[in-house]
Amino acid sequence: MRLSGRNLKCVRGGREVFSGLDLSAAAGEALAVTGPNGAGKTSLLRVLAGLLVPAEGTVALEGGDAELSLPEQAHYLGHRDALKPALSVAENLSFWREFLGGKTEDAGRCLTAVALDHAAHLPAAYLSAGQRRRLSIARLLSVRRPVWLLDEPTSALDAAGQALFVGLMRDHLASGGLIVAATHLPLGIDARDLRIGGAA
Amino acid sequence: MSALGALIRRDIRIALRVGGGALIGVLFFLTVTVLMPFAVGPDLALLSRLGPAILWLGALLASLLTLDRLFTADHEDGSLDLIVMSRTPLELACAAKALAHWIAAGLPLIIATPVLGLLLNLDGTATLAVAATLLAGTPALTFTGMIGAALAVTLHRGGLLLAVLVLPLSIPVLIFGVAASQAAISGPLPFGTPFSILCALSLASLVIGPFAAAASLRHGLD
Repeated sequence: MRLSGRNLKCVRGGREVFSGLDLSAAAGEALAVTGPNGAGKTSLLRVLAGLLVPAEGTVALEGGDAELSLPEQAHYLGHRDALKPALSVAENLSFWREFLGGKTEDAGRCLTAVALDHAAHLPAAYLSAGQRRRLSIARLLSVRRPVWLLDEPTSALDAAGQALFVGLMRDHLASGGLIVAATHLPLGIDARDLRIGGAA
Repeated sequence: MSALGALIRRDIRIALRVGGGALIGVLFFLTVTVLMPFAVGPDLALLSRLGPAILWLGALLASLLTLDRLFTADHEDGSLDLIVMSRTPLELACAAKALAHWIAAGLPLIIATPVLGLLLNLDGTATLAVAATLLAGTPALTFTGMIGAALAVTLHRGGLLLAVLVLPLSIPVLIFGVAASQAAISGPLPFGTPFSILCALSLASLVIGPFAAAASLRHGLD
């Protein structure tokens, strides 16, 4: 399996964010997208997720499920965590697990994996920023998808949470997944660097 | 199908929880209808003549009140991104969201109608007629309103815009809804004629609404 982008160009609000960008990642590989603020890291991830249409260029996933498009085989972990404050932790997770479908994991096990099992019945409104992030990460575990698109995945996580997430990413890569992560901080795993934007 | 079921269950659950839209819609409907007799005066004949129109206007405004959050809430917390990316066709997801909205916010209005009919001096048949037209007509309000709600996603603070966009679309529904109620109460038209057109409006919007909303969401995501 190989995720590749050729000659990608992205225009936002009439301003060119990046152009002529090539990227490639094979199964078991992680790509760390770095660059200054406003360089287009989030835009690149949203292009890969099919949420933004590139002005030029193409994105392709070779060797995946031929029936499904790239976005349908990808998890997107964005700045916004897609949690409903009125629903409990367990309800939030089980909704996404049912809605995303495909190969699913037991919801309770996923909550244990991110150390949130003690808060399963708490409404998501009462979670801290770090706990919300942990719950979003549980979503990635609850449904098996080969491609993870992560936008600042470790923001708001404490040291234990970061270590935990590094382990989860390692497991994902070891099971043949691939990761594209936009980040300012070192990911903590072996990752190829993809630098976009100016030399800053 | 289980994905759509999950989406419908989630939306209904959120609407029924504290701060959800279901109760607010009914309370607003109640307020509008209760205020009318005070504004119109204690003329019972006039009230019962205006009754169906008042109930319809109240239902229209109440459904509009909660409709603007249909997609903006999901857009703000990022859920919409995941819904767009998912294996469920966006058209079906839109239809499921509208259906959930109708169940949580539209049905309670219809259930409240008999109680409010009393306040407007409507007799049993008249109340039943209004409730029947609301049952047939409110899906049209929800499914056409959904188009406006989808457009409002791309324009920040689009709540007021929603009213401007959606109200003209709901005029035919209002005309035939009130006409059918009046026909049942006083004639001379048979009830069936305007009621069939009302049903036709609902069925047409059931088809057009999801496609238009999905197209608008796809175009507007950034």
